[in-house]
Amino acid sequence: MKLDPKRALMTLAAPVLALLIAVVLTSLVLFALGDPVRDVWITMLSAPKPRQITNIVNGAIVLYLSAIAVAVGFRMNLFNIGVDGQYRVAAFAAAIFAGQGWLPGFLNIIVAILIAMLAGGLWASIAAYLKVKRGVSEVISTIMLNAIATGVVAWLLNKVAVKVKGSNATNTQEIPESSQLEGFKLIPGANNRIYTLLILAIIVGFLYWFILGKTRFGFDLRATGRSETAAVASGVKVPRMVMTSMIASGALAGLVGMPLLFGLDHSYGTTFQAGLGFAGIGIALLGRNHPVGIALAALLWSYLDTQSNALQIRAGVAPELVNIIQGIILFAIVIAYELVRRADIRLEQSKVAKELAAQRAVRTPEGAQA
Amino acid sequence: MRPLLKVAAALSVGTMALAGCGSSTSTESSSSAAGSGSASASSSESTSAAPAGDSKLMVGIAYDVGGRGDQSFNDAAAAGLDKAAGEFGFKPQEATAVNDENDAAREERLNQLVDAGFTHIIAVGYAYAGSVGKVAKENPDVHFAIIDDDSDDSKGDNVAQLTFAENEGSFLVGAAAALKSKAGHIGFVGGVNVQLINKFEAGYVAGAKAVNPDIKIESTYLTQPPDMSGFGDPAKGETAADGMFQKGADIVYHAAGGSGGGVFAAAKKAKGWAIGVDKDQALIAEPDVRDVILTSMLKKLDVAVYEYLKAAQGGEEKSGKIVYDLKAGGVDYATTGGHIDDIKPKLDEYKAKIVSGEIKVPDEM
Repeated sequence: MKLDPKRALMTLAAPVLALLIAVVLTSLVLFALGDPVRDVWITMLSAPKPRQITNIVNGAIVLYLSAIAVAVGFRMNLFNIGVDGQYRVAAFAAAIFAGQGWLPGFLNIIVAILIAMLAGGLWASIAAYLKVKRGVSEVISTIMLNAIATGVVAWLLNKVAVKVKGSNATNTQEIPESSQLEGFKLIPGANNRIYTLLILAIIVGFLYWFILGKTRFGFDLRATGRSETAAVASGVKVPRMVMTSMIASGALAGLVGMPLLFGLDHSYGTTFQAGLGFAGIGIALLGRNHPVGIALAALLWSYLDTQSNALQIRAGVAPELVNIIQGIILFAIVIAYELVRRADIRLEQSKVAKELAAQRAVRTPEGAQA
Repeated sequence: MRPLLKVAAALSVGTMALAGCGSSTSTESSSSAAGSGSASASSSESTSAAPAGDSKLMVGIAYDVGGRGDQSFNDAAAAGLDKAAGEFGFKPQEATAVNDENDAAREERLNQLVDAGFTHIIAVGYAYAGSVGKVAKENPDVHFAIIDDDSDDSKGDNVAQLTFAENEGSFLVGAAAALKSKAGHIGFVGGVNVQLINKFEAGYVAGAKAVNPDIKIESTYLTQPPDMSGFGDPAKGETAADGMFQKGADIVYHAAGGSGGGVFAAAKKAKGWAIGVDKDQALIAEPDVRDVILTSMLKKLDVAVYEYLKAAQGGEEKSGKIVYDLKAGGVDYATTGGHIDDIKPKLDEYKAKIVSGEIKVPDEM
């Protein structure tokens, strides 16, 4: 795609517009509740400390993986709402395997990650199968599978959980120390570390860009997403594409819990972070399914998440305000994209009309001569 | 489907998911609204209570999900905090956990309280175990207290691990149930099957069997971890208790947090008795079910929080494992309604035996 300055501006316009709408609407909500509007924004926009920067980046790594998993489906016009269930099933499976410590340090991690991808892919394949063979909407089946995942994992977790005296946490066996990743000291002045599996996020982002943008498979996938009939006409086997992309999305979802498992929790259990799949949907939308856009969106999301503590401690407002802001951004983004899309179409229409008029203008004298 | 339509569909699902959390979130936001107000309220209280002098204590508290206003666990801790704040004249800072966070977020909350200069930080709930352990190690000059955890995760020289002998309190209400049961058949409804709640069950069963070795005891847990909904789902509680009453039980004890309301409703329908938990529920439950609450097992979080702060005010920094048992007045049974006045002497006899160590109450099944 050629870089058209006007188009680039359009692309940027939507998220910026959405953010502005979010700021205005949030201020109105704050005002209506009688909360200190100015204090909130001062707290919100204050520069994070090195420790918080680390937390923001770490949060973004996990959210990025989740959003990429969602985006793979999006590009194919598939709505994988099931990332949430897929990553929990996968993290559980990987935690069980890694906890056994059958393999030495690094190898243990690699195999556990592969197992997570396999588990996530398998879980997603149920929805894919139902869609291809039975025509069940993936939106419905993945929502159901999320609920089922919660139940299945809870049941299995209780079978394998290691009980520690005096603690109420229900966790799988902790992974051996040799397989725990300490992290990178990237942020000067911070005593906490960036997840080692930042590398994983970078690799996934690159592969996402490369496979979807530069390969035949990626082209077929995008073509199917744009227009199924056109894809069929050009020889794409649509059911197979649905199957493959849904499973790919699930396998990527399997990676979501990995930075947490190896870099933070070291086991799967009651305190493992939930709800990452839903955040991923919003971030993929916000980032327009673009590998760099998603990274920026993930950082923004994580930044907002991290500020929720400061909001209650320094500005004295409810931490849920952050959820409100995130929700408003999402709604605003949908509206903004639609506005920009319409403007884009109008722009294109007028461009085409102008070109046609120009052609006619060129042709008319010819016609006059004839 | 048009892409935008799909987006709308996805969003509505997202909002549904949010609304799912909303049941707790809405109470949270209203409560945190009350919370921000109450921070000032408690300070005004403190001025009206004419404190002996401005306390040098800087107290921060990190609640579990639900926060102040949850009518249960967090509120009990808040009550102790308010009492101490009023008496010693300090202005506490509150922070509440949000849904779906990880340990890093909990650490960050504690770290921000440390950054803001708080010298005494109370973490409410075992979810904070790992984060308290870590942040306490990094900040040896700050004093921490954690409620309901005495594992190695939260251990530290500057950490007070406040736990309760829920088994001893449950023993007493178990004995009360056995003494009052006409059918010789009682029940126990646990919220979530975690060690903490097993402790309630173990004490209850032991107490009932001490009175009547042949008593029949139904026992169930509403959910298995990590599904914590068993602490907040009255419908599940009602179904479980209904089943027990139908099987012939006439008294059901619940250790199920917010699901307990359902147990009370079931008892009302079955014309049986229910036993409350944590607070004196005959005073705070829905008015129409208060009369079916035989007694309640009291777990005095407020006492633990207050005493921790009182010691700190007096210059004594508590640390290590501190168990609030029957002897220390950390657990007890309630007598509101006068339903158990006739058996009170017997219960107090058991109480004395537990305090003296003559009866050792098991803490697991």
